[in-house]
Amino acid sequence: MYDAGKIVVGLAVLVGVTAFPVWYGLARGTTYRVQLEAPPNGATECVLPVKDGTMRAEHMHMLDQWRNEVVREGVRNKVVVSGREWDKSLTKTCLGCHTNKAAFCDRCHDAAAVKPSCWDCHVVPEGGQ
Amino acid sequence: MQGGRRSFLKMAGGTALAAGALPGMTSCAQQAVAHGTGKRLAMVVDLQVCSQHGDCTECAKACHLAHNVPSFPKGEGALEPNVKYDEIKWIWKEDFEHAFPTEENHYLPARVTARQLPVLCNHCDNPPCVRVCPTKATFKRESDGIVMMDWHRCIGCRYCVVACPYGSRSFNWWNPRPYIAKINPQFPTRMKGVVEKCTFCEERIARNQKPACVEACPHGAMVFGDLNQEGSDVRMRLTSGFSIRRKPELGTQPEVYYLV
Repeated sequence: MYDAGKIVVGLAVLVGVTAFPVWYGLARGTTYRVQLEAPPNGATECVLPVKDGTMRAEHMHMLDQWRNEVVREGVRNKVVVSGREWDKSLTKTCLGCHTNKAAFCDRCHDAAAVKPSCWDCHVVPEGGQ
Repeated sequence: MQGGRRSFLKMAGGTALAAGALPGMTSCAQQAVAHGTGKRLAMVVDLQVCSQHGDCTECAKACHLAHNVPSFPKGEGALEPNVKYDEIKWIWKEDFEHAFPTEENHYLPARVTARQLPVLCNHCDNPPCVRVCPTKATFKRESDGIVMMDWHRCIGCRYCVVACPYGSRSFNWWNPRPYIAKINPQFPTRMKGVVEKCTFCEERIARNQKPACVEACPHGAMVFGDLNQEGSDVRMRLTSGFSIRRKPELGTQPEVYYLV
């Protein structure tokens, strides 16, 4: 390789600059964490496990599954959490507890730079903008 | 015999051609599609009752309120002067001659022809909208015959709008949200670029409720139920009076009946 030294140094600088957000956060000891609002109604259990990250990783797939079952197959069996029955519904069930969309859904979606189109049609409860 | 073989071959060829073409011809003249044996939801509108109340639009009001149907401004305040047909409707009142353009008998009684009547999606047994939908956003529910819409899948191509011979489908040329007078939070709205229509209130049927229009009709002119269930309301009404359907000659097998 010609000019190996310059190239290696150049690559190192490139990696260093592009990885700035990572090492800067590590160096300062403050990693970026999204603070999600706990359900204002005091609910402690969700329709999927929350603590191990299942809900965070799977909620979009769960919603797709609910949608397909309800709209396409007409299967509207209830989701049971600790003996209480819930509809397979974004507006009624999810936003029923997490009433403040801006302090829950949006915080994470904004940080992750995703723009789900759910609310183009589904209605956010009063005061939950 | 002169030319015997030649004429025989001509005859044989002609017969073979006709036999080959027969399936193609009969498939065009499609047989009436059976209701099947399972549940088959249908509606009966008693025009003898409905036509006595010419100004009543309670069915449409209740439906449009329940399903977040927008009302785009018309005339002066129209969103785009060149788009004249941006009205969204699930159920509305129509002139007799427009609802039943082939009922051409002379001297039909004015009590039938002079009044408007409610029209909606016919939830056909042989729905052309389902056949043309490229994404299966519109599909026929085998469990009860409802022609259902999955708005998540609609890409707004409007093939169904063209295919439907009843004008039952509306296209959202604009974002409907700002033009919904009062949003019902229990039901979604639609977005710009999506087609919508009556779903026979499948969300209410799932809760053992009647469709919103049937429930709202103050005169009891609308009856809803399972056509295949002996003794059901719709069956009783159909066997007790003479009914007509919209454009039955098209072979779509509409499932909204009008008692005349």
